[in-house]
Amino acid sequence: MSIFVNKNTKVLVQGITGNEGSFHTRQCLSYGTRIVAGVTPGKGGQKMDEVPVFNTVADAVKETGADASLIFVPPPFGADAIMEAADAGVKLIVAITEGIPILDMVKVKKFLNSKQCRLIGPNCPGIITPEECKIGIMPGMIHKKGHVGVVSRSGTLTYEVVDQLTKEGLGQSTCIGIGGDPVNGTNFIDVLSAFEADPETHAMVMVGEIGGSAEEEAAAYIQAHVTKPVVGFIAGLTAPPGRRMGHAGAIISGSSGTGEAKIKAFKENGIHVCENLGRIGQICKEIF
Amino acid sequence: MKIHEYQAKQLFAQYQVPVPDGRPAVTVAEAVTAAEALGGYPVVVKAQIHAGGRGKGGGVKLAHSAEEVETLAKQMLGMTLKTHQTGPEGRIVKKLFIEAGQKIEKELYLSLLMDRATATVVIMASRDGGMDIEEVAAKTPERIIKVHVDPLMGIQGYQLRQVGFDLALPKAALKGFSSLLSNLYKFFVANDCSLVEINPLILTADDQVMALDAKVDFDSNALFRHKDLLALRDLDEEDPMEVEASTYNLNYINLDGNVGNIVNGAGLAMATMDIIKNAGASPANFMDVGGGASAEQVENAFRIILADKKVKAVLINIFGGILRCDVFAKGVVEAAKKTGVTVPVVVRMEGTNVEQGRQILADSDLNLTSASDLADAAQKIAAAVN
Repeated sequence: MSIFVNKNTKVLVQGITGNEGSFHTRQCLSYGTRIVAGVTPGKGGQKMDEVPVFNTVADAVKETGADASLIFVPPPFGADAIMEAADAGVKLIVAITEGIPILDMVKVKKFLNSKQCRLIGPNCPGIITPEECKIGIMPGMIHKKGHVGVVSRSGTLTYEVVDQLTKEGLGQSTCIGIGGDPVNGTNFIDVLSAFEADPETHAMVMVGEIGGSAEEEAAAYIQAHVTKPVVGFIAGLTAPPGRRMGHAGAIISGSSGTGEAKIKAFKENGIHVCENLGRIGQICKEIF
Repeated sequence: MKIHEYQAKQLFAQYQVPVPDGRPAVTVAEAVTAAEALGGYPVVVKAQIHAGGRGKGGGVKLAHSAEEVETLAKQMLGMTLKTHQTGPEGRIVKKLFIEAGQKIEKELYLSLLMDRATATVVIMASRDGGMDIEEVAAKTPERIIKVHVDPLMGIQGYQLRQVGFDLALPKAALKGFSSLLSNLYKFFVANDCSLVEINPLILTADDQVMALDAKVDFDSNALFRHKDLLALRDLDEEDPMEVEASTYNLNYINLDGNVGNIVNGAGLAMATMDIIKNAGASPANFMDVGGGASAEQVENAFRIILADKKVKAVLINIFGGILRCDVFAKGVVEAAKKTGVTVPVVVRMEGTNVEQGRQILADSDLNLTSASDLADAAQKIAAAVN
């Protein structure tokens, strides 16, 4: 078992013929992901390697039965691509695209309320269930099948954590990057509750960063609903306030969203805090 | 992207958001001409910098004659204005805004911003205008009015009325306020703002509402569809090194430590800064070359960081992932040769072909130290500067 994706997940790729889209489609295919279709408007009928390309997501779903989508389209078309996938009945939408305007995302979020689907991202590395299904841009080889669930707001920082876990012999059930944007689809709590319900997940690692209040809310949720051990890490403790650190989400204004407030919330809610990223693998080994 | 008060007010006027009559000036003579053209005194002389708290710092003053305008303009142009938002180094004032004085009955607060928690535009208002709104929110949260606007529906009449009544505006001012707020919302959405703040919004003696100040921040991700707004960017208000980095699509922020660092991915970059600090050193910057990190990106980043005189050592931390470490190591060696590295450089990389990558670094005759993991990298970089 795992959460959200497994070896049976059938994936279509929106923006499959672009540079990034084609590169990462091949990476996912070689990892073993069942990529059944691609979508690029105007290129319907062509093939990307062996993958059939369609003009619309609706066509791709009808012909192939795809139930998940991986989105690589440029930011001006990101919102449109997400809504197209949702409208076509895709159950899981993973948006890698970085730089979608926030006003587009607030509309998308409202639109998705009326649909039966889950959005991961945007501006995220995607989701992977090791040795079964990779829907995203993370390097597959650092992952190992196992029982630790990983959820993070970051990309390469997640790879760092996963790499240390694997080197300590701790495999992962599923790893999810929820993305660094202020408005995104799936949040920490969605993932934590799914990990709690998943019998294959025995422990969790939650990687947050400064800005916003998602980590504080997740900490309160963990206290109330999560029985499995959780290790937490917050990036950006030494960042100066008021500056945007790359991720649109990572900005502290006033006293909310500071690293100290998040660490405090973690500690008060029974989360094991890792204060030194270099040791997160060892700490998990000791606790799990 | 931030803009100046005078630019924000010009945009407000286009959207029928009432503002006092005013004009910008970059010389003393222009300031005097502008004041005379307003047709009466007093006028307000306002320093134009991208930071709040200008009044307390001496950047907003009243003038009752052309002579006073001249004196104030001489004082302000070229002065270093320090406020709680500029940091201790302050900002040099290069532009002024000369505005007609107003008879103020009441000072209010009004802002529109993106609320990440609810994914809506939130309107915030308060009767306690003219002061530090964060202080009002902390001490008397009940005096902050919050109204959330459904992004698909837009702002509704009842919401406009609600804010107007909650602000305890006189009946004669309510219609004008509803129109102001409705137009401000149109401006916010049409231009992809992330923040519009008016502090103070004033009620005049004759029951008019008007924006006496204007702070506007745009969503940088949406500027592709607002080419006209790009012309409003003032590079004088930005750190020159940050401007250069942005031309190469590098996410760079200049800080005050002495350990330069280059990292791929914003989260890992922040965590790397934390690790430098934990090891007893201090980061000179935040530099995210992007999750994918090409060798060329690393080279540009390297050059910018080495041009920073306070940098005494550089830590490069790349989680290669899909980028192969051997390719990356070659890029680092090339960049180091081209830029002529004079400070110690610690390289920590991880990912495909990491052994070959390390060999390439070892074989180069450059002052490059390989680190086996993050903990090792932190120790080595701290040792290099302490």
